[in-house]
Amino acid sequence: MKRALICLFSLMLVTGHGQLWAQATTWQQVPIPKLPAFNPPQPKRIQLPNGMVIFLQEDHELPMIDGVARIRGGERSAASGKTGLLDVYGEVWRTGGTRTRTGDQLDDFLEQRAAKVETSGTVDSTTITWSCLKEDFDDVFNVFDDLLKNPEFRAGKIEIAKKGLYDGISRRNDDPGQIGGREAAKLAYGTDSPYARVAEYATVAAVTREDLVAWHHTYVQPNNMILGVVGDFDAAKMEARLRQAFGAWAKGAPAKDAEIALKSTKPGYYLVEKTDVNQSNIQMVALGTTRKNPDYFAISVFNEAFGGGFSSRLFNDIRTTKGLAYAVGGGIGTGWDHPGMLRMIVMTKSQSTVESIQALDEELADLPKRPINDEEIKRAKDAILNSFIFRFDSPGKVLQEKMAYEFYGYPLDFLENYQKEIEKVTKEDVARVAAKYIHRDQMAVLVVGNVSEFDKPLSSLGAVSKLNIAIPAPPPGVVPEESGQQ
Amino acid sequence: MKSRLIPTFVICFVIGSLALSQNLASFEKRTTVKKLDNGLTMIVCERPEAPVFSFFTHVDAGSVQDPMGKTGLAHMFEHMAFKGTDTIGTRDAAGEQIALQKVEDAYAAYIGERDKPVKRDEEKLKQLQQAWKDAIAAADKYSAPYNNEFGKIVESEGGEGMNAFTNLDETGYHFSFPVNRLELWAYLESERFIHPVMRQFYKERNVVIEERRMRTDSNPIGRLIEQFTEEAFAAHPYHRPTIGWISDLNSFSATDAQRFFDTYYVPANMVVAVVGDVKASEAMPVMEKYFSRIPARPKPDEFTTSEPAQNSERRVVLHEQAQPLYLEGYHRPDYRSPDDEIYDAIADLMSNGRTSRLYRALVRDKQIASDSAGFSGLPGSKYPHLFAFYAFPIPGHKTQEVADAIHAEIERLKKEDISDDELKMIKTRAKATLIRSLGSNEGLAFALGLNQARYDDWRELFRGVDRIDKVTKADIRRVANQTFVPNNRTVGIIEFAGPPPGAAAPPQGGGQ
Repeated sequence: MKRALICLFSLMLVTGHGQLWAQATTWQQVPIPKLPAFNPPQPKRIQLPNGMVIFLQEDHELPMIDGVARIRGGERSAASGKTGLLDVYGEVWRTGGTRTRTGDQLDDFLEQRAAKVETSGTVDSTTITWSCLKEDFDDVFNVFDDLLKNPEFRAGKIEIAKKGLYDGISRRNDDPGQIGGREAAKLAYGTDSPYARVAEYATVAAVTREDLVAWHHTYVQPNNMILGVVGDFDAAKMEARLRQAFGAWAKGAPAKDAEIALKSTKPGYYLVEKTDVNQSNIQMVALGTTRKNPDYFAISVFNEAFGGGFSSRLFNDIRTTKGLAYAVGGGIGTGWDHPGMLRMIVMTKSQSTVESIQALDEELADLPKRPINDEEIKRAKDAILNSFIFRFDSPGKVLQEKMAYEFYGYPLDFLENYQKEIEKVTKEDVARVAAKYIHRDQMAVLVVGNVSEFDKPLSSLGAVSKLNIAIPAPPPGVVPEESGQQ
Repeated sequence: MKSRLIPTFVICFVIGSLALSQNLASFEKRTTVKKLDNGLTMIVCERPEAPVFSFFTHVDAGSVQDPMGKTGLAHMFEHMAFKGTDTIGTRDAAGEQIALQKVEDAYAAYIGERDKPVKRDEEKLKQLQQAWKDAIAAADKYSAPYNNEFGKIVESEGGEGMNAFTNLDETGYHFSFPVNRLELWAYLESERFIHPVMRQFYKERNVVIEERRMRTDSNPIGRLIEQFTEEAFAAHPYHRPTIGWISDLNSFSATDAQRFFDTYYVPANMVVAVVGDVKASEAMPVMEKYFSRIPARPKPDEFTTSEPAQNSERRVVLHEQAQPLYLEGYHRPDYRSPDDEIYDAIADLMSNGRTSRLYRALVRDKQIASDSAGFSGLPGSKYPHLFAFYAFPIPGHKTQEVADAIHAEIERLKKEDISDDELKMIKTRAKATLIRSLGSNEGLAFALGLNQARYDDWRELFRGVDRIDKVTKADIRRVANQTFVPNNRTVGIIEFAGPPPGAAAPPQGGGQ
């Protein structure tokens, strides 16, 4: 099928040349043949009787086999007094080894095969992955299987993980970009929100081995997990192998995800003073929405036109025309299962801080008066639709998309539908979502910068709250006192 | 445990080699090179996985080629390559050209007055500055409605990942397109290197200055790296920051950028690689049709000052409101050195993963650092450069402790042979890393283009692994003893200098 399509396409190309072998003098004269239909290989979906969902995607280009298991439950479900639990868990699940092999032994065993098995924890899930040459599959898969079922979380590795996290905490105010990202999320979601809170020395210190064992016991259950495998294998044989490995694994109690209430953003001006920089990191934030929202498609077009790439208004006005920033952009964020952040961001020299906030204000105030026009809509839709193929141009990407839909309970044909929905978006839809989601008076404006160099005081725009980003001191004994650290 | 592993290991080793030679054979069949009469080299690699392709344009000129007093110019031109052509981005090319010349004349007059060493006339300077700004406003009228037209075309036609980079060694341009836009791409990519227009130059210069503020001025690690490389290279242009020194950024002109383009963007200095669902027999004629229009010009002079041997340790210590960092670098020869793969082997041994020596010594055993590694290629690799080591000390530990621990590992490398297992691991990983890199159009276009540019043969991408395969334990000791000596060392350190003014004093070791 695919081969036939390629042949057809080759013919079209040749025809194209025949018609216009003469040189084009403008880009519009260059012929663009029709893109051949492309039906990427779809992964096979299997559900085991114990509830485990498996996707198998053959890809014979390279002699590799990669896999990932994604497990429901992440940092947002951890106790706030133990923030950072999933960072410790995500590292020590792997480094702590299994009942019969230490993490160090696994390191040697895998590295001799140039293979990887890695674990991590995120806000809504944990993952365990492997990557190996196909001839090492049995060896490497056994490690993966052993870690899933028999992790040991050895105490020594918990200490190393914690020390790494303490180091990260101590360094978190060194870079203005990191401060901006962290504090903006706190403003949008609320300081204590599971989507914004950050680990402290005390919350990391509070994590125990029992917490890790309990987490694993609660969440790592076959009925709570999606496994995807891609690479150079025969799907029928792989299915048999996986059924043998996981078929007898007893179903566990279904894991509950935390119910998280979201508060609306508290508007106003917020300042983090940093005296060793000459550029301000400015972010305007509020809560966004989710992809399940029917407005998602119009929002995608709006984002592309307003704050996306080279073609966007923000890029053209604030970067190209005014020369105020290298980094500028923004849009209405859309999360999979909770609201993303609505965010406008600009980084500008200290001396144009207020000027740049006003430039962003102007862009936002302009939206009702000068809505995204036909030309901008067309360009944005063309950009999304013409580059659509890059969403599924490799078997691995197709697998990733399907796993995400499965994980968040979206229809598995979400992507196919996406294309049709984008085509339908009108100018009116875009104006409507802009009006519905963008409210300047409900946004928090954060500036991380060197106040003494500002063009005007930030207070000339409104009341300013200074944010205290001082890092709370560690509990006694957690970090050596002779450190001379901040 | 280990002895049980070795037999399996040997088997997979053999299979690994076999897979690799099959790979080269497969690439021989689907990779075509053609050198045009104007000197430009084209590569097409057929990879019919999906109806898309990626390209990489390699220009053999980087910030090492920046003229004296005009650091940052190579990078500045890279930004200008997105500003369109005489047919893209203007309403009237001829009128705009005249207006842009007026900008240049006004700028030269302004700079002439600004930079007078004595008897500068402040009133005149103000007038000249205003005249320059007025000329810019007049020129912008031709292009303002077509801002970023080049990028808009690429994006609305489905371009993915459009970007470019400049480093000390070279400049690269890249993106991906649906395969039915191959001819459109060939048109656009050749046009911008035939008819670039230096429009909106001085606003873009401000954008680049903001890039400098973001990457260097406002980031402690950025500040350290700039000072560190400046210290390590006394004579060779590797002492320059690619982004440019601020006074140079505030001085060079559009005329300078055009001159840089005329000198270095010659077809003999360019390699264009395309990878994807294309047939060489069809793609090459299309590419030739467009790229052969770039006029042949002489290849520029290759001369750069050679860095003399270093004869004493050099140190840069920054006292910052930031946590400590230790960095050190040792001069090593360029990428063509017969020892190049030995350095690669050392970097892999010292840095790759949790079995690496630096991880095991500093992070796992001594528990004094959160991360530590050693690597080649600072600040470039085309010319003799540095093999660098770094470590981030964890709270409660000092830069001197991590320095001592790194030096202990270096001494071990010099005095003891590495183990059989380690040597095998390095070689197996080199092969697996190569195989993993072959599965994407973007990655392949970059790797084939770069190898073609550097060695005049893309096959070096595969041969490097054969050379790693020949590395011996004695090679590693020899190179370590030659390179890692105190007189050949430059040290860069960030020391914590207290909390920022106004912040509460920490109650004890942790809080800020």
